[in-house]
Amino acid sequence: MAVEPIVRLRGVRKCYGDIGALAGLDLELRRGEVLALLGANGAGKTTAVSVMLGLVAPDAGEATMFGRPAGSLPARQCAGAMLQTAALPVTLRVGELLRLFASWYSAPMPVHEVAALAGLDDLLRRPYGSLSGGQQRRVQFALALVGRPSVLFLDEPTVGLDVQARQALWTVIRAQVAAGCAVLLTTHYLEEAEALADRVVVIAHGRVIEEGTVDELRARSGHRRIRCRTAFAPEVLAAWPGVLAARARAGCVELDCDQAEVVLRRLLALDPDVSELEVRRGGLADRFMELAEEAA
Amino acid sequence: MNTRVLDVAVTLPAAPSRWRSLGLEIRCEFLGLLRQLSFSLPTLLFPPMFYLLFAVLMPMGKAGGWHPGQYLLASYTVFGLMGPALFGFGVSVAMERENGWLRLRRVVPAPPANYLLAKLAMAMLFAALVYLAMVLLAVTAGGVRMPASAWLALAAVAVPGVLPFCAIGLWIGTLAGGCSAPAIVNLVYLPMGFLAGLWFPLALLPRLVQDIAPLWPAYHLGRIGLMAVGQVPAAGLLQHVGALALTTLLFFVLAARRLRQMPQ
Repeated sequence: MAVEPIVRLRGVRKCYGDIGALAGLDLELRRGEVLALLGANGAGKTTAVSVMLGLVAPDAGEATMFGRPAGSLPARQCAGAMLQTAALPVTLRVGELLRLFASWYSAPMPVHEVAALAGLDDLLRRPYGSLSGGQQRRVQFALALVGRPSVLFLDEPTVGLDVQARQALWTVIRAQVAAGCAVLLTTHYLEEAEALADRVVVIAHGRVIEEGTVDELRARSGHRRIRCRTAFAPEVLAAWPGVLAARARAGCVELDCDQAEVVLRRLLALDPDVSELEVRRGGLADRFMELAEEAA
Repeated sequence: MNTRVLDVAVTLPAAPSRWRSLGLEIRCEFLGLLRQLSFSLPTLLFPPMFYLLFAVLMPMGKAGGWHPGQYLLASYTVFGLMGPALFGFGVSVAMERENGWLRLRRVVPAPPANYLLAKLAMAMLFAALVYLAMVLLAVTAGGVRMPASAWLALAAVAVPGVLPFCAIGLWIGTLAGGCSAPAIVNLVYLPMGFLAGLWFPLALLPRLVQDIAPLWPAYHLGRIGLMAVGQVPAAGLLQHVGALALTTLLFFVLAARRLRQMPQ
Protein backbone atom coordinates (compact mmCIF):
# COMPACT_ATOMS: atom_id res chain seq x y z
CA MET A 1 0.00 0.00 0.00
CA ALA A 2 1.35 3.38 -0.93
CA VAL A 3 1.77 5.60 2.10
CA GLU A 4 -1.10 8.02 2.07
CA PRO A 5 0.03 11.53 3.00
CA ILE A 6 -1.61 12.96 6.09
CA VAL A 7 -2.51 16.24 4.44
CA ARG A 8 -2.68 16.78 0.72
CA LEU A 9 -3.43 19.89 -1.31
CA ARG A 10 -3.82 19.35 -5.03
CA GLY A 11 -4.06 22.27 -7.43
CA VAL A 12 -5.64 24.48 -4.79
CA ARG A 13 -6.73 27.91 -5.97
CA LYS A 14 -8.25 30.62 -3.85
CA CYS A 15 -9.02 34.22 -4.66
CA TYR A 16 -10.27 36.95 -2.38
CA GLY A 17 -12.00 39.30 -4.79
CA ASP A 18 -9.36 40.17 -7.35
CA ILE A 19 -6.49 39.11 -5.16
CA GLY A 20 -5.24 35.61 -5.84
CA ALA A 21 -4.01 34.11 -2.56
CA LEU A 22 -3.31 30.60 -3.86
CA ALA A 23 -2.56 29.85 -7.50
CA GLY A 24 -2.59 26.09 -7.92
CA LEU A 25 -0.81 25.00 -4.76
CA ASP A 26 0.34 21.37 -4.45
CA LEU A 27 1.51 20.27 -1.05
CA GLU A 28 1.86 17.06 0.95
CA LEU A 29 2.46 16.50 4.61
CA ARG A 30 3.73 12.98 5.21
CA ARG A 31 3.54 10.81 8.26
CA GLY A 32 6.06 11.58 10.98
CA GLU A 33 7.69 14.55 9.31
CA VAL A 34 8.03 18.19 10.23
CA LEU A 35 7.27 20.35 7.24
CA ALA A 36 8.11 24.02 7.49
CA LEU A 37 6.02 26.26 5.31
CA LEU A 38 7.94 29.44 4.60
CA GLY A 39 7.16 32.51 2.60
CA ALA A 40 7.16 36.27 2.82
CA ASN A 41 4.14 38.05 4.26
CA GLY A 42 1.31 37.78 1.76
CA ALA A 43 2.80 34.72 0.04
CA GLY A 44 -0.30 32.71 0.90
CA LYS A 45 0.88 30.76 3.98
CA THR A 46 -2.12 31.60 6.13
CA THR A 47 -4.58 30.82 3.35
CA ALA A 48 -2.82 27.52 2.66
CA VAL A 49 -3.08 26.51 6.32
CA SER A 50 -6.71 27.64 6.46
CA VAL A 51 -7.50 25.42 3.47
CA MET A 52 -5.74 22.44 5.07
CA LEU A 53 -7.76 22.97 8.25
CA GLY A 54 -11.01 23.26 6.33
CA LEU A 55 -11.59 26.85 7.46
CA VAL A 56 -11.48 28.12 3.91
CA ALA A 57 -13.03 26.29 0.98
CA PRO A 58 -10.80 26.40 -2.12
CA ASP A 59 -12.21 27.84 -5.36
CA ALA A 60 -10.65 24.93 -7.23
CA GLY A 61 -8.57 21.92 -6.37
CA GLU A 62 -8.75 19.46 -3.53
CA ALA A 63 -7.79 19.49 0.14
CA THR A 64 -7.79 16.30 2.18
CA MET A 65 -6.65 15.18 5.60
CA PHE A 66 -6.28 11.41 6.10
CA GLY A 67 -8.04 11.05 2.76
CA ARG A 68 -11.13 12.83 4.16
CA PRO A 69 -12.29 16.29 3.17
CA ALA A 70 -10.33 18.89 5.11
CA GLY A 71 -12.31 20.14 8.08
CA SER A 72 -14.59 17.11 8.42
CA LEU A 73 -15.13 15.94 11.98
CA PRO A 74 -13.21 12.63 11.65
CA ALA A 75 -10.27 14.53 10.19
CA ARG A 76 -10.39 17.05 13.03
CA GLN A 77 -10.37 14.21 15.59
CA CYS A 78 -6.76 13.55 14.62
CA ALA A 79 -5.57 17.13 14.48
CA GLY A 80 -4.30 19.61 17.01
CA ALA A 81 -3.63 23.22 16.19
CA MET A 82 -1.96 26.26 17.60
CA LEU A 83 -3.27 29.22 15.63
CA GLN A 84 -1.92 32.73 15.73
CA THR A 85 -5.22 34.46 16.24
CA ALA A 86 -6.91 32.33 18.82
CA ALA A 87 -8.26 34.12 21.84
CA LEU A 88 -9.38 31.75 24.57
CA PRO A 89 -11.99 32.65 27.21
CA VAL A 90 -9.98 34.75 29.65
CA THR A 91 -11.94 33.92 32.79
CA LEU A 92 -11.51 30.17 32.45
CA ARG A 93 -8.71 28.47 34.35
CA VAL A 94 -5.99 26.60 32.52
CA GLY A 95 -7.17 23.27 33.94
CA GLU A 96 -10.75 23.94 32.83
CA LEU A 97 -9.63 24.72 29.30
CA LEU A 98 -7.52 21.55 29.15
CA ARG A 99 -10.39 19.38 30.40
CA LEU A 100 -12.82 20.97 27.93
CA PHE A 101 -10.51 20.41 24.96
CA ALA A 102 -9.70 16.88 26.15
CA SER A 103 -13.43 16.07 26.18
CA TRP A 104 -13.63 16.60 22.42
CA TYR A 105 -11.13 13.84 21.61
CA SER A 106 -11.62 10.10 21.92
CA ALA A 107 -8.27 9.22 23.50
CA PRO A 108 -6.99 12.38 25.19
CA MET A 109 -3.96 12.67 27.44
CA PRO A 110 -4.66 13.05 31.15
CA VAL A 111 -4.65 16.73 32.04
CA HIS A 112 -1.69 16.49 34.42
CA GLU A 113 0.36 14.70 31.78
CA VAL A 114 -0.13 17.33 29.10
CA ALA A 115 0.35 20.08 31.68
CA ALA A 116 3.71 18.59 32.61
CA LEU A 117 4.71 18.35 28.94
CA ALA A 118 3.97 22.02 28.31
CA GLY A 119 5.36 23.20 31.64
CA LEU A 120 2.01 24.28 33.08
CA ASP A 121 1.99 22.33 36.35
CA ASP A 122 1.90 25.45 38.50
CA LEU A 123 -0.58 27.30 36.33
CA LEU A 124 -3.54 24.91 36.22
CA ARG A 125 -5.65 26.98 38.62
CA ARG A 126 -4.76 30.35 37.09
CA PRO A 127 -7.28 32.15 34.84
CA TYR A 128 -6.04 32.19 31.26
CA GLY A 129 -6.35 36.00 31.11
CA SER A 130 -3.95 36.46 34.03
CA LEU A 131 -1.09 34.68 32.26
CA SER A 132 1.82 36.31 30.45
CA GLY A 133 1.99 36.10 26.66
CA GLY A 134 4.54 33.30 26.80
CA GLN A 135 2.49 31.33 29.32
CA GLN A 136 -0.63 31.74 27.17
CA ARG A 137 1.32 30.40 24.21
CA ARG A 138 2.26 27.34 26.27
CA VAL A 139 -1.38 26.79 27.17
CA GLN A 140 -2.31 26.93 23.48
CA PHE A 141 0.42 24.39 22.80
CA ALA A 142 -0.95 22.09 25.50
CA LEU A 143 -4.45 22.42 24.01
CA ALA A 144 -3.05 21.40 20.64
CA LEU A 145 -1.44 18.32 22.19
CA VAL A 146 -4.15 17.14 24.56
CA GLY A 147 -6.01 15.06 21.99
CA ARG A 148 -2.90 13.01 21.10
CA PRO A 149 -3.13 14.28 17.52
CA SER A 150 -1.47 12.53 14.59
CA VAL A 151 -0.96 15.90 12.97
CA LEU A 152 -0.09 19.20 14.60
CA PHE A 153 -0.52 22.59 12.96
CA LEU A 154 1.80 25.09 14.56
CA ASP A 155 1.41 28.64 13.33
CA GLU A 156 4.28 30.75 14.66
CA PRO A 157 4.40 28.60 17.80
CA THR A 158 7.22 30.36 19.63
CA VAL A 159 6.34 34.01 19.10
CA GLY A 160 6.68 35.72 22.46
CA LEU A 161 8.65 32.91 24.07
CA ASP A 162 12.07 33.41 25.62
CA VAL A 163 15.00 31.27 24.53
CA GLN A 164 14.55 28.61 27.21
CA ALA A 165 10.82 28.28 26.66
CA ARG A 166 11.42 28.02 22.92
CA GLN A 167 14.00 25.27 23.37
CA ALA A 168 11.67 23.44 25.76
CA LEU A 169 8.85 23.61 23.23
CA TRP A 170 11.11 22.34 20.46
CA THR A 171 12.04 19.37 22.65
CA VAL A 172 8.38 18.47 23.14
CA ILE A 173 7.67 18.87 19.43
CA ARG A 174 10.59 16.56 18.59
CA ALA A 175 9.26 13.98 21.05
CA GLN A 176 5.84 14.10 19.38
CA VAL A 177 7.43 13.65 15.98
CA ALA A 178 9.47 10.71 17.27
CA ALA A 179 6.18 9.16 18.36
CA GLY A 180 4.83 9.40 14.82
CA CYS A 181 3.10 12.77 14.80
CA ALA A 182 3.37 14.92 11.68
CA VAL A 183 3.86 18.64 12.10
CA LEU A 184 3.11 21.51 9.79
CA LEU A 185 5.09 24.49 10.96
CA THR A 186 4.77 28.05 9.75
CA THR A 187 7.30 30.40 11.20
CA HIS A 188 9.17 33.61 10.65
CA TYR A 189 12.15 32.29 12.59
CA LEU A 190 14.29 30.52 10.04
CA GLU A 191 16.41 29.10 12.85
CA GLU A 192 13.24 27.44 14.08
CA ALA A 193 12.70 25.83 10.70
CA GLU A 194 16.37 24.77 10.66
CA ALA A 195 16.09 23.29 14.14
CA LEU A 196 12.88 21.34 13.59
CA ALA A 197 12.04 20.77 9.96
CA ASP A 198 12.74 17.65 7.94
CA ARG A 199 11.47 19.33 4.84
CA VAL A 200 10.96 22.93 3.85
CA VAL A 201 8.49 24.32 1.34
CA VAL A 202 8.81 27.93 0.28
CA ILE A 203 5.80 29.55 -1.34
CA ALA A 204 5.46 32.82 -3.16
CA HIS A 205 2.46 34.25 -4.99
CA GLY A 206 0.39 31.27 -3.93
CA ARG A 207 2.51 28.46 -5.32
CA VAL A 208 5.50 26.37 -4.31
CA ILE A 209 8.78 27.83 -5.55
CA GLU A 210 11.19 25.64 -3.61
CA GLU A 211 11.03 22.35 -1.81
CA GLY A 212 13.59 20.13 -0.12
CA THR A 213 15.33 19.24 3.11
CA VAL A 214 17.02 22.00 5.06
CA ASP A 215 20.40 20.73 3.84
CA GLU A 216 19.27 20.63 0.23
CA LEU A 217 18.05 24.20 0.43
CA ARG A 218 21.27 25.31 2.05
CA ALA A 219 23.25 23.55 -0.66
CA ARG A 220 21.26 25.36 -3.32
CA SER A 221 22.23 28.67 -1.85
CA GLY A 222 24.85 30.31 -4.09
CA HIS A 223 25.78 32.61 -1.27
CA ARG A 224 28.96 32.21 0.74
CA ARG A 225 30.11 34.11 3.77
CA ILE A 226 33.77 35.13 3.95
CA ARG A 227 35.23 36.21 7.26
CA CYS A 228 38.77 37.39 7.77
CA ARG A 229 41.12 39.98 9.19
CA THR A 230 42.18 42.42 6.47
CA ALA A 231 43.50 45.93 5.94
CA PHE A 232 40.51 46.81 3.73
CA ALA A 233 37.61 48.66 5.27
CA PRO A 234 34.14 47.10 4.88
CA GLU A 235 32.93 50.15 2.95
CA VAL A 236 35.61 49.56 0.31
CA LEU A 237 34.93 45.83 0.08
CA ALA A 238 31.19 46.38 -0.27
CA ALA A 239 31.81 47.99 -3.68
CA TRP A 240 33.73 44.97 -5.06
CA PRO A 241 32.04 42.81 -7.67
CA GLY A 242 30.63 39.64 -6.14
CA VAL A 243 30.11 41.20 -2.71
CA LEU A 244 26.51 41.66 -1.61
CA ALA A 245 27.16 43.11 1.81
CA ALA A 246 30.11 43.81 4.06
CA ARG A 247 30.36 44.65 7.73
CA ALA A 248 32.90 44.88 10.53
CA ARG A 249 32.51 42.18 13.15
CA ALA A 250 34.80 41.90 16.21
CA GLY A 251 37.96 43.13 14.51
CA CYS A 252 37.21 41.13 11.37
CA VAL A 253 35.17 41.86 8.28
CA GLU A 254 32.31 39.68 7.17
CA LEU A 255 31.35 39.55 3.50
CA ASP A 256 28.17 38.06 2.02
CA CYS A 257 29.08 37.04 -1.51
CA ASP A 258 27.35 35.54 -4.49
CA GLN A 259 30.72 34.98 -6.24
CA ALA A 260 33.00 33.97 -3.39
CA GLU A 261 35.83 32.68 -5.59
CA VAL A 262 36.18 35.98 -7.49
CA VAL A 263 36.19 37.95 -4.27
CA LEU A 264 38.72 35.64 -2.58
CA ARG A 265 41.17 35.74 -5.49
CA ARG A 266 41.14 39.53 -5.51
CA LEU A 267 41.35 39.80 -1.75
CA LEU A 268 44.34 37.48 -1.44
CA ALA A 269 46.07 39.19 -4.36
CA LEU A 270 45.65 42.71 -2.98
CA ASP A 271 46.16 42.06 0.71
CA PRO A 272 49.00 39.64 1.52
CA ASP A 273 48.32 40.00 5.25
CA VAL A 274 44.85 38.42 5.24
CA SER A 275 44.49 36.19 8.31
CA GLU A 276 41.87 34.11 10.16
CA LEU A 277 40.22 33.36 6.84
CA GLU A 278 36.95 31.45 6.95
CA VAL A 279 34.49 30.64 4.14
CA ARG A 280 31.06 29.23 4.90
CA ARG A 281 28.06 28.21 2.86
CA GLY A 282 24.99 30.40 3.39
CA GLY A 283 22.31 29.24 5.85
CA LEU A 284 18.64 28.62 5.23
CA ALA A 285 18.17 32.34 5.74
CA ASP A 286 20.43 33.12 2.76
CA ARG A 287 18.58 30.72 0.49
CA PHE A 288 15.32 32.19 1.66
CA MET A 289 16.51 35.72 0.88
CA GLU A 290 17.62 34.66 -2.60
CA LEU A 291 14.23 33.10 -3.28
CA ALA A 292 12.43 36.16 -1.98
CA GLU A 293 14.46 38.35 -4.33
CA GLU A 294 13.77 36.06 -7.29
CA ALA A 295 10.08 35.95 -6.51
CA ALA A 296 9.71 39.70 -6.08
CA MET B 1 2.61 5.69 22.77
CA ASN B 2 4.22 5.17 19.42
CA THR B 3 1.79 2.59 18.11
CA ARG B 4 -1.15 4.36 19.66
CA VAL B 5 -0.60 7.54 17.68
CA LEU B 6 -0.29 5.58 14.47
CA ASP B 7 -3.41 3.53 15.20
CA VAL B 8 -5.39 6.69 15.70
CA ALA B 9 -4.21 7.94 12.35
CA VAL B 10 -5.27 4.82 10.54
CA THR B 11 -8.63 4.03 12.09
CA LEU B 12 -10.12 7.50 12.68
CA PRO B 13 -11.62 7.11 16.14
CA ALA B 14 -15.29 7.28 17.05
CA ALA B 15 -16.60 10.43 18.67
CA PRO B 16 -16.07 10.67 22.43
CA SER B 17 -18.86 11.00 25.00
CA ARG B 18 -21.10 13.84 23.89
CA TRP B 19 -22.79 14.29 27.26
CA ARG B 20 -19.65 14.65 29.30
CA SER B 21 -18.36 17.15 26.80
CA LEU B 22 -21.60 19.14 26.83
CA GLY B 23 -21.59 19.14 30.63
CA LEU B 24 -18.07 20.55 30.73
CA GLU B 25 -18.94 23.12 28.12
CA ILE B 26 -21.97 24.32 30.11
CA ARG B 27 -19.85 24.52 33.25
CA CYS B 28 -17.20 26.56 31.42
CA GLU B 29 -19.74 28.87 29.83
CA PHE B 30 -21.54 29.50 33.12
CA LEU B 31 -18.45 29.87 35.31
CA GLY B 32 -16.70 31.95 32.66
CA LEU B 33 -19.48 34.54 32.69
CA LEU B 34 -20.11 34.32 36.43
CA ARG B 35 -16.48 35.31 37.02
CA GLN B 36 -16.80 38.18 34.57
CA LEU B 37 -18.15 40.70 37.03
CA SER B 38 -19.11 43.26 34.39
CA PHE B 39 -21.61 40.65 33.22
CA SER B 40 -22.70 38.85 36.36
CA LEU B 41 -23.12 41.79 38.74
CA PRO B 42 -25.59 43.83 36.63
CA THR B 43 -27.34 40.64 35.56
CA LEU B 44 -27.91 39.41 39.08
CA LEU B 45 -28.20 42.70 40.98
CA PHE B 46 -30.19 45.12 38.81
CA PRO B 47 -33.54 43.29 38.79
CA PRO B 48 -33.63 42.85 42.59
CA MET B 49 -32.47 46.46 42.98
CA PHE B 50 -35.31 47.77 40.82
CA TYR B 51 -37.70 45.60 42.75
CA LEU B 52 -36.44 46.94 46.03
CA LEU B 53 -36.86 50.48 44.75
CA PHE B 54 -40.29 50.28 43.16
CA ALA B 55 -42.01 47.50 45.09
CA VAL B 56 -40.60 47.97 48.56
CA LEU B 57 -39.27 51.50 49.11
CA MET B 58 -41.79 53.42 46.99
CA PRO B 59 -44.73 51.08 46.58
CA MET B 60 -47.61 52.21 44.44
CA GLY B 61 -50.28 51.01 46.83
CA LYS B 62 -52.57 48.04 46.72
CA ALA B 63 -55.99 48.18 45.07
CA GLY B 64 -58.41 45.30 44.76
CA GLY B 65 -56.48 42.30 43.51
CA TRP B 66 -53.51 44.42 42.52
CA HIS B 67 -50.48 43.79 44.65
CA PRO B 68 -47.34 45.67 43.60
CA GLY B 69 -45.06 43.21 45.34
CA GLN B 70 -46.53 40.34 43.36
CA TYR B 71 -46.94 42.24 40.11
CA LEU B 72 -43.39 43.58 40.05
CA LEU B 73 -42.00 40.22 41.18
CA ALA B 74 -43.25 38.76 37.91
CA SER B 75 -42.32 41.70 35.70
CA TYR B 76 -38.78 42.17 37.10
CA THR B 77 -38.15 38.44 36.93
CA VAL B 78 -38.97 38.61 33.23
CA PHE B 79 -36.86 41.75 32.82
CA GLY B 80 -34.04 40.04 34.71
CA LEU B 81 -33.97 36.92 32.56
CA MET B 82 -33.74 38.98 29.38
CA GLY B 83 -30.31 40.27 30.45
CA PRO B 84 -28.25 37.05 30.45
CA ALA B 85 -30.08 35.85 27.34
CA LEU B 86 -29.47 38.99 25.28
CA PHE B 87 -25.98 39.79 26.58
CA GLY B 88 -24.83 36.19 26.97
CA PHE B 89 -25.63 35.52 23.33
CA GLY B 90 -25.38 38.91 21.64
CA VAL B 91 -22.16 40.22 23.12
CA SER B 92 -20.30 36.96 23.53
CA VAL B 93 -21.10 35.62 20.04
CA ALA B 94 -20.03 38.94 18.51
CA MET B 95 -16.77 38.90 20.43
CA GLU B 96 -16.02 35.25 19.86
CA ARG B 97 -16.58 35.65 16.14
CA GLU B 98 -13.99 38.39 16.16
CA ASN B 99 -11.30 37.12 18.50
CA GLY B 100 -10.76 33.72 16.86
CA TRP B 101 -12.42 31.49 19.47
CA LEU B 102 -15.00 30.30 16.93
CA ARG B 103 -12.25 29.79 14.36
CA LEU B 104 -10.28 27.62 16.74
CA ARG B 105 -13.40 25.59 17.57
CA ARG B 106 -13.82 24.82 13.90
CA VAL B 107 -10.30 23.41 13.73
CA VAL B 108 -10.64 21.06 16.71
CA PRO B 109 -13.42 18.45 16.94
CA ALA B 110 -15.65 20.61 19.15
CA PRO B 111 -19.29 19.67 18.45
CA PRO B 112 -20.81 22.82 16.89
CA ALA B 113 -24.20 22.37 18.59
CA ASN B 114 -22.55 22.37 22.02
CA TYR B 115 -21.56 25.97 21.52
CA LEU B 116 -25.17 27.13 21.35
CA LEU B 117 -26.53 24.55 23.80
CA ALA B 118 -24.01 25.62 26.43
CA LYS B 119 -24.94 29.27 26.02
CA LEU B 120 -28.62 28.37 26.25
CA ALA B 121 -28.01 26.42 29.45
CA MET B 122 -25.95 29.32 30.81
CA ALA B 123 -28.84 31.73 30.14
CA MET B 124 -31.28 29.36 31.87
CA LEU B 125 -29.00 28.99 34.89
CA PHE B 126 -28.68 32.77 35.22
CA ALA B 127 -32.45 33.09 34.80
CA ALA B 128 -32.90 30.61 37.64
CA LEU B 129 -30.50 32.63 39.81
CA VAL B 130 -32.34 35.87 39.02
CA TYR B 131 -35.60 34.15 39.92
CA LEU B 132 -34.16 32.91 43.22
CA ALA B 133 -32.87 36.37 44.12
CA MET B 134 -36.28 37.84 43.31
CA VAL B 135 -38.09 35.22 45.38
CA LEU B 136 -35.85 35.87 48.34
CA LEU B 137 -36.47 39.59 48.17
CA ALA B 138 -40.20 39.27 47.47
CA VAL B 139 -40.74 37.04 50.48
CA THR B 140 -38.56 38.94 52.93
CA ALA B 141 -38.97 42.57 51.90
CA GLY B 142 -41.96 42.55 49.56
CA GLY B 143 -44.28 40.64 51.87
CA VAL B 144 -45.41 38.41 49.01
CA ARG B 145 -47.36 35.33 50.04
CA MET B 146 -48.53 33.01 47.26
CA PRO B 147 -49.52 29.36 46.96
CA ALA B 148 -46.67 27.03 45.99
CA SER B 149 -48.26 26.52 42.57
CA ALA B 150 -47.80 30.23 41.76
CA TRP B 151 -44.11 30.15 42.73
CA LEU B 152 -43.59 27.07 40.60
CA ALA B 153 -45.52 28.55 37.69
CA LEU B 154 -43.32 31.66 37.73
CA ALA B 155 -40.19 29.49 37.77
CA ALA B 156 -41.59 27.55 34.83
CA VAL B 157 -42.01 30.84 32.97
CA ALA B 158 -38.62 32.24 33.93
CA VAL B 159 -36.35 29.42 32.85
CA PRO B 160 -37.63 28.53 29.35
CA GLY B 161 -38.59 32.19 28.93
CA VAL B 162 -34.99 32.95 27.92
CA LEU B 163 -35.47 31.26 24.53
CA PRO B 164 -36.81 34.14 22.39
CA PHE B 165 -34.22 36.52 23.86
CA CYS B 166 -31.42 34.04 23.24
CA ALA B 167 -32.50 33.91 19.61
CA ILE B 168 -32.61 37.71 19.32
CA GLY B 169 -29.22 37.95 21.05
CA LEU B 170 -27.75 35.34 18.74
CA TRP B 171 -28.96 37.25 15.71
CA ILE B 172 -27.41 40.48 17.02
CA GLY B 173 -24.21 38.58 17.74
CA THR B 174 -23.99 37.41 14.14
CA LEU B 175 -24.47 40.98 12.85
CA ALA B 176 -22.58 43.22 15.24
CA GLY B 177 -18.88 43.54 15.94
CA GLY B 178 -17.47 42.91 19.39
CA CYS B 179 -17.26 46.60 20.25
CA SER B 180 -20.70 47.66 19.08
CA ALA B 181 -22.61 44.63 20.36
CA PRO B 182 -22.97 45.79 24.00
CA ALA B 183 -24.40 49.13 22.86
CA ILE B 184 -26.82 47.48 20.44
CA VAL B 185 -27.96 44.97 23.04
CA ASN B 186 -28.55 47.78 25.54
CA LEU B 187 -30.59 49.64 22.93
CA VAL B 188 -32.81 46.58 22.61
CA TYR B 189 -32.85 45.49 26.23
CA LEU B 190 -33.65 48.64 28.17
CA PRO B 191 -36.26 50.26 25.87
CA MET B 192 -38.00 46.95 25.26
CA GLY B 193 -38.20 46.28 28.99
CA PHE B 194 -39.74 49.68 29.57
CA LEU B 195 -42.13 49.65 26.58
CA ALA B 196 -43.32 46.15 27.45
CA GLY B 197 -44.41 47.34 30.87
CA LEU B 198 -41.80 45.43 32.83
CA TRP B 199 -40.50 48.46 34.75
CA PHE B 200 -43.89 49.98 35.56
CA PRO B 201 -47.33 48.51 34.95
CA LEU B 202 -48.50 49.33 31.44
CA ALA B 203 -51.63 50.98 32.85
CA LEU B 204 -49.42 53.79 34.20
CA LEU B 205 -47.87 54.44 30.78
CA PRO B 206 -49.24 56.57 27.91
CA ARG B 207 -51.96 55.16 25.66
CA LEU B 208 -49.60 54.85 22.66
CA VAL B 209 -47.12 52.73 24.63
CA GLN B 210 -49.98 50.46 25.69
CA ASP B 211 -51.21 50.12 22.12
CA ILE B 212 -47.88 49.09 20.63
CA ALA B 213 -46.87 46.86 23.55
CA PRO B 214 -47.89 43.60 21.79
CA LEU B 215 -45.09 44.25 19.28
CA TRP B 216 -42.48 43.36 21.91
CA PRO B 217 -41.70 39.76 22.80
CA ALA B 218 -41.01 40.97 26.34
CA TYR B 219 -44.64 42.05 26.64
CA HIS B 220 -45.91 38.55 25.87
CA LEU B 221 -43.55 36.90 28.34
CA GLY B 222 -44.45 39.56 30.89
CA ARG B 223 -48.16 38.73 30.49
CA ILE B 224 -47.48 35.03 31.01
CA GLY B 225 -45.44 35.86 34.10
CA LEU B 226 -48.28 37.97 35.49
CA MET B 227 -50.73 35.13 34.83
CA ALA B 228 -48.44 32.79 36.77
CA VAL B 229 -48.68 34.98 39.87
CA GLY B 230 -52.40 35.70 39.35
CA GLN B 231 -52.03 39.42 38.60
CA VAL B 232 -53.81 39.29 35.23
CA PRO B 233 -56.56 36.89 34.13
CA ALA B 234 -55.30 33.78 32.39
CA ALA B 235 -56.83 34.65 29.05
CA GLY B 236 -55.01 34.50 25.73
CA LEU B 237 -52.16 32.34 27.07
CA LEU B 238 -51.86 30.49 23.76
CA GLN B 239 -51.51 33.70 21.73
CA HIS B 240 -48.70 34.88 24.00
CA VAL B 241 -46.89 31.53 23.81
CA GLY B 242 -47.41 31.50 20.05
CA ALA B 243 -45.93 35.00 19.67
CA LEU B 244 -42.87 33.96 21.66
CA ALA B 245 -42.43 30.74 19.72
CA LEU B 246 -42.62 32.65 16.44
CA THR B 247 -40.09 35.22 17.67
CA THR B 248 -37.70 32.43 18.67
CA LEU B 249 -38.05 30.65 15.35
CA LEU B 250 -37.73 33.80 13.24
CA PHE B 251 -34.57 35.11 14.89
CA PHE B 252 -33.00 31.68 15.13
CA VAL B 253 -33.50 31.11 11.41
CA LEU B 254 -32.10 34.57 10.61
CA ALA B 255 -29.09 33.93 12.84
CA ALA B 256 -28.49 30.44 11.45
CA ARG B 257 -28.44 31.87 7.96
CA ARG B 258 -25.91 34.49 8.97
CA LEU B 259 -23.74 31.88 10.67
CA ARG B 260 -23.74 29.68 7.59
CA GLN B 261 -22.75 32.52 5.27
CA MET B 262 -19.98 33.67 7.56
CA PRO B 263 -16.63 33.77 5.78
CA GLN B 264 -13.71 32.37 7.73
